[in-house]
Amino acid sequence: MSSTPSSTTYVLRGVRPYGTDPVDVVLSDGVIAAIGAPGTIEAGEGQGAGAVVREIQAEGHVLLPGLVDLHTHLREPGREDAETVFSGTRAAAAGGFTAVHAMANTTPTQDTAGVVEQVYRLGQEAGWVDVHPIGAVTVGLGGEKLAELGAMADSAARVRVFSDDGKCVHDPVLMRRALEYVKAFDGVVAQHAQEPRLTEGAQMNEGVVSAQIGLTGWPAVAEESIIARDVLLAEHVGSRLHVCHLSTAGSVEIVRWAKGRGINVTAEVTPHHLVLTDDLARDYDPVFKVNPPLRTAKDVEAVREGLADGTIDIVATDHAPHPVEDKDCEWASAAFGMTGLETALSVVQQTMVDTGRMTWADVARVLSENPARIGRISATQGRPIAVGEPANLTLVDPAATRAIDGRTQVTASDNTPFQGMELPGRVVATFLRGRATVLDGAVVDGPGNGTGADGKTLEGAAR
Amino acid sequence: MNPGSRMPESSAPPSPASGTVPSAAPSATSSPASSAAPSRDPGTAARTVLGEADIARALTRIAHEIVERNKGAADLLLLGIPTRGVQLAHRLAERLAQIEPTFSGEYGTLDVTMYRDDLRRQPTRAVGQTVLPGSLDGTIDDKVVVLVDDVLFSGRTIRAALDALNDLGRPRVVQLAALVDRGHRELPIRADYVGKNLPTSRSERVRVRLADVDGGADSVVISEVASAGVSTGSTGDASTASTGESEATL
Amino acid sequence: MKHLLTTQGLSKDDAILLLDTSAQMAATQSRENKKLPTLRGRTVVNLFYEDSTRTRISFETAAKRLSADVINFSAKGSSVSKGESLKDTALTLHAMGADAVVVRHSASGAAHQLAHAGWLDAGVLNAGDGMHQHPTQALLDAFTIRRHLVGNVGDDGRGPDSSVGADLAGLRIAIVGDVLHSRVARSNVYLLHTLGAEVTLVAPPTLVPVGVETWPCRVSYHLDETLEQWQPDAVMMLRVQRERMSGGSGAFFPSPMEYSRKFGFDARRLAVLPDHAIVMHPGPMNRGLEISAAAADHPRSVIVEQVANGVAVRMAALYLLLAGDDSTGSTSSNTGSTSTDERIAL
Ligand SMILES: [Zn+2]
Repeated sequence: MSSTPSSTTYVLRGVRPYGTDPVDVVLSDGVIAAIGAPGTIEAGEGQGAGAVVREIQAEGHVLLPGLVDLHTHLREPGREDAETVFSGTRAAAAGGFTAVHAMANTTPTQDTAGVVEQVYRLGQEAGWVDVHPIGAVTVGLGGEKLAELGAMADSAARVRVFSDDGKCVHDPVLMRRALEYVKAFDGVVAQHAQEPRLTEGAQMNEGVVSAQIGLTGWPAVAEESIIARDVLLAEHVGSRLHVCHLSTAGSVEIVRWAKGRGINVTAEVTPHHLVLTDDLARDYDPVFKVNPPLRTAKDVEAVREGLADGTIDIVATDHAPHPVEDKDCEWASAAFGMTGLETALSVVQQTMVDTGRMTWADVARVLSENPARIGRISATQGRPIAVGEPANLTLVDPAATRAIDGRTQVTASDNTPFQGMELPGRVVATFLRGRATVLDGAVVDGPGNGTGADGKTLEGAAR
Repeated sequence: MNPGSRMPESSAPPSPASGTVPSAAPSATSSPASSAAPSRDPGTAARTVLGEADIARALTRIAHEIVERNKGAADLLLLGIPTRGVQLAHRLAERLAQIEPTFSGEYGTLDVTMYRDDLRRQPTRAVGQTVLPGSLDGTIDDKVVVLVDDVLFSGRTIRAALDALNDLGRPRVVQLAALVDRGHRELPIRADYVGKNLPTSRSERVRVRLADVDGGADSVVISEVASAGVSTGSTGDASTASTGESEATL
Repeated sequence: MKHLLTTQGLSKDDAILLLDTSAQMAATQSRENKKLPTLRGRTVVNLFYEDSTRTRISFETAAKRLSADVINFSAKGSSVSKGESLKDTALTLHAMGADAVVVRHSASGAAHQLAHAGWLDAGVLNAGDGMHQHPTQALLDAFTIRRHLVGNVGDDGRGPDSSVGADLAGLRIAIVGDVLHSRVARSNVYLLHTLGAEVTLVAPPTLVPVGVETWPCRVSYHLDETLEQWQPDAVMMLRVQRERMSGGSGAFFPSPMEYSRKFGFDARRLAVLPDHAIVMHPGPMNRGLEISAAAADHPRSVIVEQVANGVAVRMAALYLLLAGDDSTGSTSSNTGSTSTDERIAL
């Protein structure tokens, strides 16, 4: 294993950090080596004679800190037919990410130190992004018995985020214990808020559309009641709570209220809940079947509002790849979930930036800085764009548009709800500690990427 | 595809189906076929070949022929084939009632849609009603049925009508009256009573307009079909392709 | 008409065409020879993922009376929970050259998917999909209502049907029972509304779907009040599934007795209705629960006639789906290209 993060020096010409005025940026030795006014930096400046220097003409492109996903389903171990750590993290790099949190609902479940370390190592070997496994809250996601949260926290994977995602920690006593227990290592419980009894057999948002098309409804209150309970529990025991993929106007209200009370709660929204509605279920195409379900236009407006005003802290993909046969069937039999890593930034641009509701600095906040902070990986990820900082960066061309096609996505699965749509923005380059994982809009297959050559992976997270 | 290139088929003489059906000569029918004299001008303009008075005369003559041929109107049942055949049956029934006071003046409707052999070649046809005169109590057994249609062309509609009749019962005899026989038979079928024999080419279109159905004055009009793909010669394809809603081509 | 999947969005013209065609089909069914040659050579597949002998036999009879070849494909038992079966079955039917597929499935949307997922190009006739739709049931209900309340056919169902071409304007129909889980209710609400009738749904609040407010109907929680004050011309009782009253805390009403008392139809409630009113039920009935024997067997009950009309309505649907020129559908090219070849050869 080499300890050289990258032997290439990159000079990014005319980039706009956070969408502000153009500068030239030099990446060298895994860090941001220099930032200067356009034209003031010589290529190769300060480099040794043999150094490889690559200039990237990027006038007008926006430079962001590398994106961090707090909610990714990498499916390995167990469902390698849908995705592997390798294919999923490669897709993440393509989408501009430099770190992902890998959800615990694998087979076997990520509920022991052994399994989280396995996933962590697979991530290191792949080398596309930093992989931070999420630990299960309960054994086997069974909702009955706490998993060994401490062991996972102390493992090489240094787990800080715990979630039974896919299932709700619905037992109030168990939830209370989990919230309390993770305080010992500054962990957070990320709750998948879904009251199970209220959602038995549920297929889609309960409302006008479900009533017409005859699919069992999934009431908003099933989500909101759990969030309301959990923020009160978090307040009571003085713990940190994270709400996964909130999807309803009522949930936004509850989180807003809780934050106003000073409760230590953070919340996420997915890209798809920022733009898609339950009307899409009318054709029974299971590609639109997702948990939590697509809601109404009113809910979409509420989550956009919540994201803009800071009630919602982050956008997380809930990237959920599925093999074709799990989506090419009756709605009721189909799997929940949609891929998101490669479309997330575009959806945020379309719904929040191009609409004038957020700046690119806000995008950096909700897609990099905040998720890194919640995941407690801020030492390496979600850092400022400044000299000396780790060169985890994403370069995006906001003027580009692209047609989405699931079959050409980098992820191993095809299930995108944006099939055939034109979305704005394109990730031109992604740098992980100065090493390009994406260049010219395409993933860079080796050296270093996918070969386990990055010896410095996660050193900061181990502090 | 243009009609002009179809000479090999369309030039075939509109021979009355040879021998297969006993021939009661259509001799009595009005003027010689050539009386469709008005110039065959290339402008494709419609030519009126029968006017109101011609049609009235033809129907009166047919009514007399029916009585003569059947030696009265006993057991006579007129069944019109929608749409214009029904109206013609109605008019024939009125005339028959005048000629033969014993005739009730009743007539019926025979919808043949579900018996057609060309359903799949055309947009879905609405199924019409089959109505028998109330006095029959639902049976046509042993009746003298006269089918009435406006234009006799390929013979396929009449073939369907015979099948439809068969499902209603067993008439003693079935006869056919048509206002116009335009030739181009594709089945061994011929009319017993014809208002006018009208030699046509396949590419032409014969329209019967009846005041009570179409408004305006009664008329029979020939026009050139503008669209291509009319005639393929070989099978019913040819005749059905040119079928318009208001035109009975079969 | 390529498919018949739902009554929602069915135009009034198409609805009346279906009813009128049904009337003509019904007329042929009183003949000694009930069989018509219309669909000779065409293949209709009955694809039933749920047990429903009544519905299957009705469709089978309809197809056979039109001389179609009928293949019964009972998929019951072949795991409905796993979706591949629907797709794979569809591909099989496609390979067999099915012209129309009549599908009954427990999953809402299954018929829609068969029609639109690109698995096969046959016409699809929805014979009931989950809680979504059962359009031929609604059509036969509307047909029965029209014959009785517009066409004034006698109690024996005979005599000329003078209602051809008519809609149901001004009629009041009460649909009573488990609306939440009922594809019959959903189908009827939209069709009856399209035909100009007024509809009131009557059910306990637990059996009315959230989101019902966009349906073109009113909702009442009180049967007696609806019957007395609204005076419906027809009362359509829905079947209550036994499992709706079990399930402990998940039961939809406290007991069968209470349901029957508040929402069951009996002779006493029948007496409140106008003299011309008719009583309907899609079957199979739970006698003693949603309908009493006295009401079910009353002269004003048209339940048996509904069954008979089902055949005519399904004949009409099959006719309109299959009889016409299919060149707009993707199956078409067979006949089309054949005749083209002939033309070239000539
Ligand atoms: Zn989740």
